[in-house]
Amino acid sequence: MATLSREQKIEAQRRMLRIRAFDERASKMVKRGHIPGTVHTSIGQEAQVVGATMALGEKDYMSGNHRSHGHPIGKGSPLGPLMAELQGKSTGVCQGKGGSLHLADFNVGSLGESGIVGSSIPIAMGAALSSQVLGRDTVALAFFGDGAANQGVLYESMNMSGVWNLPVIFLCENNQYALSTPAHTVTSGVIAERAAGFGIPGIRVEDGQDLLAVFDAVSTAVERARRGEGPSLIEVVTYRYNEHSEGLRLGTDYRPADEREAWLKKDPLVLFREHLISVEGFSAEEMDALEAEILAEVDAAVAFSENSPWPDPSVGFKDLYTDSEYAA
Amino acid sequence: MSVMSFLGAIGAAQKEAMDADERVIIIGEDVEANVYGTTGGGKTRQETGDFVQMYGRNRIRNTPISEEGIVGAAAGAAMTGLRPIVDLSYSSFLYMAMDQLVNQVAKNRYMFGGQASMPAVFRSAMFYGLNTGAHHSDRPYPMFMNAPGLKIMVPSTPSDAKGLLRTAIDMNDPVLTFEACILWGLKEEVNDDEFWIPFGVARTHREGTDVTIVAISSSVHEALAAATELETEGISVEVIDPRTLVPLDKRAILNSVAKTGRLVVVEPAHRTCGAAGEISAIVAEEVFDSLKAPIIRITAPDMQIPFSPSLEKQMYPNKQDIVAAVRKITQKDKERVLA
Ligand SMILES: Cc1ncc(C[n+]2csc(CCOP(=O)(O)OP(=O)(O)O)c2C)c(N)n1
Ligand SMILES: [Mg+2]
Repeated sequence: MATLSREQKIEAQRRMLRIRAFDERASKMVKRGHIPGTVHTSIGQEAQVVGATMALGEKDYMSGNHRSHGHPIGKGSPLGPLMAELQGKSTGVCQGKGGSLHLADFNVGSLGESGIVGSSIPIAMGAALSSQVLGRDTVALAFFGDGAANQGVLYESMNMSGVWNLPVIFLCENNQYALSTPAHTVTSGVIAERAAGFGIPGIRVEDGQDLLAVFDAVSTAVERARRGEGPSLIEVVTYRYNEHSEGLRLGTDYRPADEREAWLKKDPLVLFREHLISVEGFSAEEMDALEAEILAEVDAAVAFSENSPWPDPSVGFKDLYTDSEYAA
Repeated sequence: MSVMSFLGAIGAAQKEAMDADERVIIIGEDVEANVYGTTGGGKTRQETGDFVQMYGRNRIRNTPISEEGIVGAAAGAAMTGLRPIVDLSYSSFLYMAMDQLVNQVAKNRYMFGGQASMPAVFRSAMFYGLNTGAHHSDRPYPMFMNAPGLKIMVPSTPSDAKGLLRTAIDMNDPVLTFEACILWGLKEEVNDDEFWIPFGVARTHREGTDVTIVAISSSVHEALAAATELETEGISVEVIDPRTLVPLDKRAILNSVAKTGRLVVVEPAHRTCGAAGEISAIVAEEVFDSLKAPIIRITAPDMQIPFSPSLEKQMYPNKQDIVAAVRKITQKDKERVLA
C-alpha cells in the first residue's frame, strides 16, 4: 500500500483546503457578478482530486475538464494567477484568454482543462507518447467525468495507449451525475470494468472521499506506468456538493433529497482532518491554524486578482500562431 | 536535382525532417507498410529498407483506425516536445477528428495564453476525380480555413510539395496539408538538397496582362493549360498559385489584379464559403476600382460527388470552363472597343 509521509499528508490537506476555499469563494463571486460566466466547483470531490495529484511528480503531466480549478490547484499551481484567470485579468494564468473552463499552468505540468467533455483525454495520451519516444520517465494523467466516460475517444485512447504501453492514467471522477443525468441511467456496466476489454488494469475506488485510498490506487498506476508497463483506468466514486455549475437553477431536482445529506457526512476535509489529528497526532489548534492560513491565501489571491489590470485589448489578437500576429 | 514525383517529393521532405530532428515522428494508419507511398525507402530501399527499418517503431507509429485518438495524441505530443507528422490518408477522414482539430489543435495555444505550441503536421490527400464516390472525394480545406489557429498548404507541384512540407514540419504551429491525389504521379526536377518554401508566398507560374487566374491545387494545371490556349487568341493570362491558404499571400493577388483588372478564381472545392469566395471578396474589398469586369469563380458545385466516371468528371473545374470564363470577361471589353 502506497502511503504518504506526515509532511505529505499535511500538504494534501493544505491542497484540499485550497480547493474548497478557492471554489467556495469563486461560487460567491460568480453569484455577485464578480466572475463573468460560470464556474464548476470541485467541492465535495477534493480527496479524489488531491489523492490523484499527490501521486504525480512535479514533472508529470495532466489534462482535465470543465470541473477545472481543483486539478491545477492539486498539482501545486499558485492561486493568484488562477483567480485572476477566472476574473479575466491580465495576470491570469492564460492572460485572461482561457477563463475557468480552460485553465492551464504548464509550469506544473497542467496541459489544460477542456470545455469539451472528453476532448482532453487523448492530450494526456499524447504527453505520455512524448515521454516514451523521448525516453523521459514522466507519466500523464487524464481527469474526466462519468459523463465523459461515454465518449468514444476514451476507448480509442485506452486502446492505443494499451497497445503501445504508454505511461498514462485515465482517471474517471465518477460523481454519479453528468449535469442532470444520473450515471446509472446512461452507463452500461461498470466504468472501471471497461478496462478489461483493453487488457489494462481497471480499478474502482469505491470510497473516493478517502484521500489515502485514492492516493494508493493512483500511486500504483503511476508506478506501473513509470516502469513501462502501460496505462490504467481508475474510476473514483465521489460526489459534488454544489450544483453542476454555479448559479445554475434547474427546474427539477434530479438528485434524491437525502443523498446529498448522506455524502455531506463524508466530507473529505473533515475526514482527513480527523485522520491527521487521531493518527498523525496533530492538534485541533494546528488544524484550525492551517484552515485560517488557507483562507488568508485565498483572500490574497482575490486581492491579487482584483488589483490586476484588465488585459490590453491587443492581447486578444496575440498567441494564435507562434510566428505571426493576426492580420485582418 | 533529380526527377521526383509529387508523392516522392513528400517522402523526401519527410525523410529529411526525420534525419534532421529526432523529435519528428510519423504517426498514422498503415504507415509502416508504406501503403500511401510516403514512408518508403525509395531509391535506397534495397539497402536501408522503408522508414520503419530506418527509424524504428519508436518513431514510425502504425496506429489503429482511430482518427480522433490519433489527432489528439499528436496534439498532446506536440505540446510536450515531439514534432509529429500525422498521416490521415484521405481528407474525408479529417471529419472523424474534427473535435481534436478544431477544439484542441487550433485553440490550445491561444486559449492557454501562449503557453502551448503545437508543432504538428496533419497530412491528408484529396482523392477527387478518381471515382471513389462521395465518401472519399472530399476537398474540405475551406472548412479548416474557417478555424483560426490552423495553417493550410495546398501544393500543386512536386517542388512546392517538398519545400512547403519541410517548412511545415519545422514550423511551431499546426499545419494541415491537402494533397491532390490526381497530382501524385506528376514528375519534375526537384532539388535534392534541403530547402524550405515560406508560407504566405504565392507562386506566379505565368505572367500576363489581361486576366489574373488564381488557381488552387490541381486547378493550377488546368489554369496553365487554359492560359496556353488563350495565348493563341491573343489573351495574356497571369496564373497565380497561392500555395498556402493560411496565411494567404493577399498582396500578390491584389497586385496582379490591380495590373490586369480581371480575376478568375479556380478551385476544386464546393462553391459556398470556399477559398474562391474568400479570395473574390478580398479583391472586391481592396481593389474594386481596378476591376474592368465581374469576378468569376469556377468551383465544384454545391453537390455531392457521384461515383460514375461519366457523372463525376463534370463536377470539377476544367480547362474548357476556364477558357470560357476568360473569354467572357475579356470579350466584353473587345466589344466595347469595337463599338
Ligand atoms: C462534448 C460536450 N457535450 C456536452 C457538453 C455540455 N456539458 C458540460 S459538462 C456536462 C456534464 C459532464 O459530466 P461529467 O463528465 O460526469 O463531469 P462532471 O460535470 O460531473 O464533473 C455536459 C453535458 C460539453 N461541454 N461538451
Ligand atoms: Mg459526473
